[in-house]
Amino acid sequence: MQWQFWIIQTLNSVAFGGLLFLLSSGFSLIFGLMRIPNLAHGAFFMLGAYFGFTLLQLKLQFWLAALAGGLGVGLIGIVMERFVLRRLAGNEQGQVLVTLGISFIIADICLLVWTGDPMPLSAPQALRPPLRFAGFAFPTYRLVVLAIALAAALALYLLMERTRLGAMIRAGVDDTEMARGVGIPVSRLFTTVFLLGATLAGVGGVLGGPILNAYPGLDTDMLPLALIVVILGGAGSLLGAFVGSFIVGFIYNFGIALVPDLAYFVLFLPMVLVLVFLPQGLFGRVQI
Amino acid sequence: MATEALDISGLDAYYGDSHVLHAVSFALKGGRLLGLLGRNGAGKTTCMATIMVMGFLKPRRGSISLYGENVAGLAPDAIARKGICLVPQGRRMFRTLTVRENLMVAAQARKAAGSGWSIDRVFELFPRLAERAAQLAGSLSGGEQQMLAIGRALMGNPRVLLMDEPSEGLAPQLVAEVGRTIAQLKAEGQSIVLVEQNIKLTLDLADDVVIMNTGRVVFRGSANEIKLDDAIVSQHLGVF
Ligand SMILES: Nc1ncnc2c1ncn2[C@@H]1O[C@H](COP(=O)(O)OP(=O)(O)OP(=O)(O)O)[C@@H](O)[C@H]1O
Ligand SMILES: [Mg+2]
Repeated sequence: MQWQFWIIQTLNSVAFGGLLFLLSSGFSLIFGLMRIPNLAHGAFFMLGAYFGFTLLQLKLQFWLAALAGGLGVGLIGIVMERFVLRRLAGNEQGQVLVTLGISFIIADICLLVWTGDPMPLSAPQALRPPLRFAGFAFPTYRLVVLAIALAAALALYLLMERTRLGAMIRAGVDDTEMARGVGIPVSRLFTTVFLLGATLAGVGGVLGGPILNAYPGLDTDMLPLALIVVILGGAGSLLGAFVGSFIVGFIYNFGIALVPDLAYFVLFLPMVLVLVFLPQGLFGRVQI
Repeated sequence: MATEALDISGLDAYYGDSHVLHAVSFALKGGRLLGLLGRNGAGKTTCMATIMVMGFLKPRRGSISLYGENVAGLAPDAIARKGICLVPQGRRMFRTLTVRENLMVAAQARKAAGSGWSIDRVFELFPRLAERAAQLAGSLSGGEQQMLAIGRALMGNPRVLLMDEPSEGLAPQLVAEVGRTIAQLKAEGQSIVLVEQNIKLTLDLADDVVIMNTGRVVFRGSANEIKLDDAIVSQHLGVF
């Protein structure tokens, strides 16, 4: 009994950490490269969950719905970057405010379209029965979500560390102006990273649906977590987003399970400490 | 006469409200080396940054043309892709990228490039970088960083190479080494603007010399003129 509790909570934590990674890896790359927190990122996640809900209702296969939902959100990300953020280039305060405004707009539209009731997404049929092993029951779907997040982490790692595009993005995170100076088309990188980040957040929303449901307020529940991950891990650092996601996944889950009244205290305390003593985060280069 | 490689004419630039470049004009002929001298704060770096549209600087008035094509007002990355490549003051490596990656991200293919720079050719020019290909640029010594900054600019296959104080902060042997490298590039036909405080190094390498003071060009002539007339240097640079 006791064992089952710890195992389940640990699994929930890593699965939630995986979802957080899908959300915060893009958030972190955008933050590192464009120097702005995209405050619409939580709304991207929520929109992904709602897209997933509707696509599943239309009888689309689950994984296709995750992909299509992600790409739909990615498309919205591109439009937002090209037609709004780009016009405010150089005005970082304006850009941050715009991302906040867009997050409110998305939240309102979701309320209008999907009403205020929580919308449940169901996991694929085959993954619903728990996995039994050594006398314990493991939630299969969460294990698969974790596996997908790890695969995404590996793919992002290879993209960032093993390709010229990744090196260019890292150069832009290091010194945006010098990156332009050596001929790197940084504004095209902005669009690319925004597309990538929004798509990942959207996919995360669909995959998170069966665990969290789609509901109004999902955006504002998730955004602070992404912020904490990035502050812990360091803006622009993929490794930081990875480690930070699982740290926050654990603290959040165990916090809620063990000391529900203090969940936010145990969550935000490490963030405050890191901000005060390690302002660049555990792996970061960009001063927040 | 053929068009100039780089022709700067009547260039004005501002930091916010403060007027730092006043009608700066000079021209670099293809295959030659122009030395740009001036005291600290004379506006040399500002001039390079204005050409590249970096550091919140942009040409407010005047024109910048590269082989007859006006490039003033383009975005910095577009200017670099046109073929003006900068070795910036302070080197500004991508510190968290390896030596090889620093070179890789700066590569620009250019049609009709005489030079055809590649990572291997940069490593031939600077064997010490080859040994450190996988090392992070932030952990290189000052001299190695300077070589990398030069190599990175060369990867853009520059039609005009701007070098801002490449000898700054280097030990005398390294200054001599950088000097030999620049001489070699020039011998291969590279057009270069060399910004320097090191007057001797500049006069050894330069064909033409421009001296700036308080944001203005105060002398324009050949290196030989200066070598023959110490008064020019003492008047404008306040040394000797
Ligand atoms: N970011 C800035 N904001 C305002 N003024 C600046 C800025 N950078 C430089 N200046 C001013 O512009 C003038 C020219 O500076 P610049 O760096 O171009 O000189 P320099 O000739 O390159 O000097 P050095 O040999 O020391 O590198 C100086 O008066 C300097 O104080
Ligand atoms: Mg200078």
